[in-house]
Amino acid sequence: MKPRREWDWFDHPHNLRRLRIGFYVVLVLLVLPDLFIHKHTLFSSVEGWPGFYALFGFIACVAIILISKLLGYWLKRPEDYYDR
Amino acid sequence: MTASLHPALIFFLGAALVALLPLVARKTVILAVPLLGFFLVLGLDPGVFWHYTLFGHDLALLRVDKLSKAFGFIFTINAFACFLYALHLKSRGEHIAALAYIGASLGAVFSADLISLYLFWEVMAITSTFLVLARRTERAYGAAYRYVLMHIFGGLLLLAGILLHAYTTGSVAFTGFTEQTPGTWLMLLGFLVNAAAPPFSAWLSDAYPEATVTGGVIMTAYTTKTAVYTLLRGFPGWEILMVVGCAMAVYGIIYAILENDMRRILAYSIINQVGFMVCGAGIGTAMAISGVVAHAFCHIIYKALLWMSAGAVLYMTGKSKCTDLGGLYKTMPLTMIFGTIGALAISSFPGFSGYTSKPMIIEAGVHEGLYWVWMVLEVASAGVFLHAGIKFPYFVFFAKDNGLRPGEPPRHMLAAMAIMAFLCIFLGLYPQPLYAILPYTVDFHAYTFEHTLNQLQLLMFSALAFFLLLPLLKRTETISLDTDWFYRKAGGQVYRGCAWVFDGLNAWANRVFAQELPRQLTRFFTEPGGNLQRYGVRLWAEYSGTDLSQSRLEEQIERRSRLATYPVGGGVLLAVLLITLLTLVLLL
Repeated sequence: MKPRREWDWFDHPHNLRRLRIGFYVVLVLLVLPDLFIHKHTLFSSVEGWPGFYALFGFIACVAIILISKLLGYWLKRPEDYYDR
Repeated sequence: MTASLHPALIFFLGAALVALLPLVARKTVILAVPLLGFFLVLGLDPGVFWHYTLFGHDLALLRVDKLSKAFGFIFTINAFACFLYALHLKSRGEHIAALAYIGASLGAVFSADLISLYLFWEVMAITSTFLVLARRTERAYGAAYRYVLMHIFGGLLLLAGILLHAYTTGSVAFTGFTEQTPGTWLMLLGFLVNAAAPPFSAWLSDAYPEATVTGGVIMTAYTTKTAVYTLLRGFPGWEILMVVGCAMAVYGIIYAILENDMRRILAYSIINQVGFMVCGAGIGTAMAISGVVAHAFCHIIYKALLWMSAGAVLYMTGKSKCTDLGGLYKTMPLTMIFGTIGALAISSFPGFSGYTSKPMIIEAGVHEGLYWVWMVLEVASAGVFLHAGIKFPYFVFFAKDNGLRPGEPPRHMLAAMAIMAFLCIFLGLYPQPLYAILPYTVDFHAYTFEHTLNQLQLLMFSALAFFLLLPLLKRTETISLDTDWFYRKAGGQVYRGCAWVFDGLNAWANRVFAQELPRQLTRFFTEPGGNLQRYGVRLWAEYSGTDLSQSRLEEQIERRSRLATYPVGGGVLLAVLLITLLTLVLLL
């Protein structure tokens, strides 16, 4: 009996390319409605700008990653640190 | 009336039965107990029952209101799924510990007074330690030891607080505290230790990942959420909790991003999620409290689901480091799907349970005009998607294929995950049953077009940041220093420092007083007379600046001492001098 072929959809570069293009399309589609609707704001008028939350999420995550990376230089230790 | 039966009692009885019954019956008991517990909670009428008197105080074990009931529901639902997940275990010990631990959590939640609460609090600490010990590895033993010491410390803070509070107010009722006294502050600290608030948080990320596959799943729900309950009950609206909560939310994210062990990533994300709840308790309005209860409810479900999927991976591969895992979607597709559902729920992705609960806390903050709380919690929301929403599934199930080809876990594990995954989606799409059991009715609608759009933008662009900065997130085989460094490493260094100082002092004293001094004295007293004369001669030579006659005199002294040929007159003179001296001393 032939062994069942493994499911390896995510290992093919052309599939990943499709996924990536789909992802970018979704990103654009998410920001587009902002241009047409009037947004409510909570604290300042900046929140009403088109794509505010997109930008907020992106900048927040970049900041988190960079800060973590920097802290990592200080906090990271080899795995056997406590066993030594 | 079912109010006569206490839900915690069922769990304690179950623990006793598991100790006695054979395997098949044990399996029935562990599934029947949570079900029975759930229906008991369902049938509870509001009021206070099970009164007793201790130390002259009127106490009660069963206080039923909407707040305690909501926690009762989720504790029993989660218990059912967890025991279904742990159905394969043949050993009695873990089940006994787990049942007693869950029973004690229910007991703590339903306690009407501080003394009952404290008793259950300590039982929780002890029973849960066995879930770590059951892993039977050196690391687990160490982690369990530190875990129980930390909880004893927290328990003592709580006890001290209760005693001070009872002494000053004469009351041990567990209600909302408004006075800021040493007593209430100590209690708050005791609760915060269990809520894993920094700097008392390292016990969680230290011990949970070292627990057994099933023990880890069970532990995630009860200790921290009981603490959240006590904060909601005792300290709603204490502003300090907003600060603590925000700090926890950010702290959890940063450590989760640095971490390599998948279960430790999830442990840090518990701290992050409990941060949202602690912050909500600090806001303390009706909406915030309802939001916290809703979020605790959903959180217990998706967090258990995440730990179940991570546990399944650990169970099947024996590995838990991201650097060892990857590419598992090929042979564990169901586990991957369930894990991803949990990941989306924790990220409060629209359509999943986190989305119908967490925004309620944030909105409660907005209603109070708390700008910085809103800001921090939104940043933290984006960060959750980063570390738990994408990082966990990506590095475990996708990313680099490390050649592991495990199969799916046993069916009962998949079934438990399916139940939790279903609940995540169900509560995400139809949260009304959950909203109905919240302490306060709230007017909250998650699914407005604008809010959903904002949330999707926030999350998807966080994902963009993740994939663009992926090279920076490369996993390394490292651990990260946390506050446990102070008692794991600094403690040792202080010990070694003390050892160096005091051992050094000891060695010096030994050299001087036990060796050198006796040797000198011995040498002197072998020839006391000769030595004294020689000393005098040397002194004289130094004083007069000439040493011509010194060696000759010393030689003479040497010879006389050796042969003991001092002139008789000299000896007599010395004796007379001595007697005169003694007489003078005696007369004076």
